[in-house]
Amino acid sequence: MRISQGQLWLNFPMVNAVRARSGFLLRLAESLTITGAALLASVMVFSIFVAIMKVNPLQALYAMYLGAFGTSFSWQVTLVKASPLLLTGLCTALPMRTGLIVIGGEGAFVLGGLFAAEAAHFVPGAPTIIVWLVMAAAGCLVGGIWIMIPAALRVYRGVNETISTLLMNYIAIAIFNQLVEGLFHDPNSLNNPSTYSIGDNNMIGDIGNSQVHWGLIVGMGVCVLAWILVHHTTLGFSADLAGGNPKAARLSGIRINRVILWFAFLGGACAGLAGMIQVAAVQERANDGLNVGYGYAGILVAFMARQDPLAIIPVAVLLGGVHAGKILLATQLGLPNSAALVFQGLLFLFILGAETLYGRFSIFQPQVRT
Amino acid sequence: MSQSLGYWGVPLAVLGGILRLSPPFLFVSLGECLTEKSGRINLGQEGTLVMGAMSAYGISYLSGSPWLGVLAAGAVGFILGSIHGWFCSRPRVNDIALGIAMMFLGEGLAFYLGRGLIQPQAAQLASVNLGWWSHQPEIVAALKINILLPVGLALAVIMWWAFRYTRWGMIVRLAGESTDASRAMGYSINTIRFLATAIGGFIAAIGGAFLSLYYPGSWNDNISSGQGLMAVALVIFARWNPINCIYAAVIFGGAKAIGPALQAAGYSSYTYLMNAAPYVLTMVIMIITCSRTRAWVGAPAELGASLR
Repeated sequence: MRISQGQLWLNFPMVNAVRARSGFLLRLAESLTITGAALLASVMVFSIFVAIMKVNPLQALYAMYLGAFGTSFSWQVTLVKASPLLLTGLCTALPMRTGLIVIGGEGAFVLGGLFAAEAAHFVPGAPTIIVWLVMAAAGCLVGGIWIMIPAALRVYRGVNETISTLLMNYIAIAIFNQLVEGLFHDPNSLNNPSTYSIGDNNMIGDIGNSQVHWGLIVGMGVCVLAWILVHHTTLGFSADLAGGNPKAARLSGIRINRVILWFAFLGGACAGLAGMIQVAAVQERANDGLNVGYGYAGILVAFMARQDPLAIIPVAVLLGGVHAGKILLATQLGLPNSAALVFQGLLFLFILGAETLYGRFSIFQPQVRT
Repeated sequence: MSQSLGYWGVPLAVLGGILRLSPPFLFVSLGECLTEKSGRINLGQEGTLVMGAMSAYGISYLSGSPWLGVLAAGAVGFILGSIHGWFCSRPRVNDIALGIAMMFLGEGLAFYLGRGLIQPQAAQLASVNLGWWSHQPEIVAALKINILLPVGLALAVIMWWAFRYTRWGMIVRLAGESTDASRAMGYSINTIRFLATAIGGFIAAIGGAFLSLYYPGSWNDNISSGQGLMAVALVIFARWNPINCIYAAVIFGGAKAIGPALQAAGYSSYTYLMNAAPYVLTMVIMIITCSRTRAWVGAPAELGASLR
């Protein structure tokens, strides 16, 4: 038996039993350790940056913690910020299972929200539940098709989907602005061009007497459903096969193109649903407030969660915390929002860079019985 | 728009727009071209561009010398490029995804460090007046060109020549065409690509300096309207040829200039959609030039793996 350094200091029976039996726990431990290390590295570099800017880094980190998870109120802010990230994270994570790096969540999010807000007016006076269903259908459809277009271009024309989705975000925002100020414009919204309100009685309410809306639960539910789809259905298995080894997938009779298009549609539908929830639970109408980067943050969420829908839940809460924490960072220490953008960029950089560490540590490798 | 020029005002405004709007496109595409020739994609040129614009403006304001600002922008671009290059030289790090991270980081840093630069006025780069022969103020205004424009044109020619005829150019192209051949010749792929990304960042950041030191000639958070993002598309359009980057920059600058020119002439109903014209153009070009079955004509062979 090969003895490596890792085995020397971790050579007690339980660990060995786990390593012999379960690849899952080892993989979990590996990703937790590496993601944690990347998180720590970005916090350290951010601290150095903050220190150069003559702000006490410990104070800054404490303010961020306080603003994110310190009190029950900050927890509520964090969860509200996390709820769109759950779904925009899926917009990148689901297509990535088939090997596509889709970064068009922002476009699907704003267009989904816009058309959901508009769809509410096609059923005036209908029961609230019907209004929600119509809005959700509109959001999902628009978002899904928006991401399916670049996937189809990739499958049938070989257009790189990362670049095309990036470009389509800008096209989406142009369409959004054009429609909000033109066709869908509410003439009463002079200072802040918006669509018509979806109606006060059609708003999604809060959970209990908290300030967290039910969209959070919907988002988590969709994550669980996506997890079942990915890990416990034939379609999910075909997707992993198509992403891992397209040739083998084709040989085993899987219609790769169809699987890729389906996963792209589902991912886009998630982002569109996120836009719908943001309109129906927070904004009440579609306007510039939708266009604040939830889609882009979703890319980071998906990469941090390593495309696992269930892992998206804690990661989205963590990232929601970063977004909530920056408020206190601004009010207490005078650090502007761009400081949080720097932190997010560093985090992204180290998470992606840490990808190289997987498989490097022998203690995380399953033991081969000899 | 002036009455004396009538409908000629629109093409003239577009021409003036091209002269003012194309150089940033030219520089980012040349930088990206160098990086891609070595077989790697840097999608973070947007961050490089914004960071370059901010540092050029800051240094020009502090020192009073715009050329020092240009140099500072280049140095910052070099550093950002080397960060990208270093991370991507590790195995299994995705260069496209890492580019997005660099974009966020560059923008965040630039917005943060540039907070104090929105108000002050920095020394601007000088311009040459090519419209001296005319009495029409519109023509004079349209034909003003910045010194960085001929610099960019010269750089394109030099790069074309270097890729073709110099040893260094060949080494970069070899790294982009065949990793194995490059290794067999005894060159380190990682070193070549690292340098190509870093120098590519240097060139791209000069485009940022043009933005903040000439046109629009100020610093704010919206200074770049996606020129860095489109760098990758421009290089595809230019078929990885530095000379073609000039044409690509002209076309994209023109696409950007048409919206405001039409608006000035009184057509203003679809302003937002007009602003999306360069992005739509890029998409159309990509759809036309890509194919599922054959590799892109002129594309470095090693790029195929990451681009498709």
